[in-house]
Amino acid sequence: MSAAEQALVDGDAVPLSLRGPAPTRVVAGYGFWLFLLSDIIIFAALFAAYAVLSGETAGGPTAADLFDKKHVLIETACLLASSVTCGFGSLAVQSGDRSSTYFWMAITFILGVTFLSLEVSEFSHMLSIGAGPSRSAFLSAFFTLVGTHGLHVTLGLCWLVVMLLQVATLGFQPMVSRRFFCFGLFWHALDIVWIGVFTIVYLGAHL
Amino acid sequence: MSTEIEAQGVAPGVNVHTHGTRRSYLIGLGYAVILTLASFWASSTDLIYSPGVPILLGVLAIAQMGVHLVFFLHISSAPDQTNNILALAFGIFVVGLLVFGSMIIMANLNHNMMPMDRLMQLQMQR
Repeated sequence: MSAAEQALVDGDAVPLSLRGPAPTRVVAGYGFWLFLLSDIIIFAALFAAYAVLSGETAGGPTAADLFDKKHVLIETACLLASSVTCGFGSLAVQSGDRSSTYFWMAITFILGVTFLSLEVSEFSHMLSIGAGPSRSAFLSAFFTLVGTHGLHVTLGLCWLVVMLLQVATLGFQPMVSRRFFCFGLFWHALDIVWIGVFTIVYLGAHL
Repeated sequence: MSTEIEAQGVAPGVNVHTHGTRRSYLIGLGYAVILTLASFWASSTDLIYSPGVPILLGVLAIAQMGVHLVFFLHISSAPDQTNNILALAFGIFVVGLLVFGSMIIMANLNHNMMPMDRLMQLQMQR
């Protein structure tokens, strides 16, 4: 690498004031990254509420009574696998490969739906034994935190369907691949939040 | 390696160095699986001194978040990623402030609160 190229990599070659606007892809990605960080701050507030309230069971069921580790391990596996297939799908989008985009994104969708249905079955079981969000402060905090994550996954799945329809109708325009790229960031960020959920809520319950 | 170098840095999630390979996702998957299994194991084993388990779980979770950031979101310390790293650092700062601040304040309030039976007695006397 020559000195001039190295200077360009380091960003020293052209003064900041002369570089001109950043490309749309960079601006869109950076803006979405800021959105994701603010979304993670919302989750931080819910985590703080859960950490404070997790002992306040009001004589109702405690975390150790309610949560099943095997169930959570399967949920975690689904979400982690879907994160990886989403990454493969993003690579397919970047190389403009339509059939492998459909293939990987369909697998991502199926894994996401599996995760959601496991979560819904857990929630409905808890409601049926009288451990709903109105039972105690602990359960209110639990349903708010895990429910908000589930809602994000649901919205992500809707977004994925919309993106696949856009690929089908518009093809791989720069606009479409930019949106797909933001979807990938969103999906990976949800997986990061889930690490906090399974560690604090589910594994923390059995300590 | 891609020779396209953006004058204004790159967006998060774009890895110019491993662009177009599946390797980084598979390596990330490997690490994430190991760390997940380790934390599930640590929470149920008797082999580890039990007061140390929460700290171990915290370390494993933070390590796994790091793995996700590096291998899935492709955040790195490269010079073209300065903006993304700065935003991330600020986000982590706010998250830490929120979570630990709330926990410290609430623990302090709990500690200073009069025990419930004494409070009841006080109300009876009025």
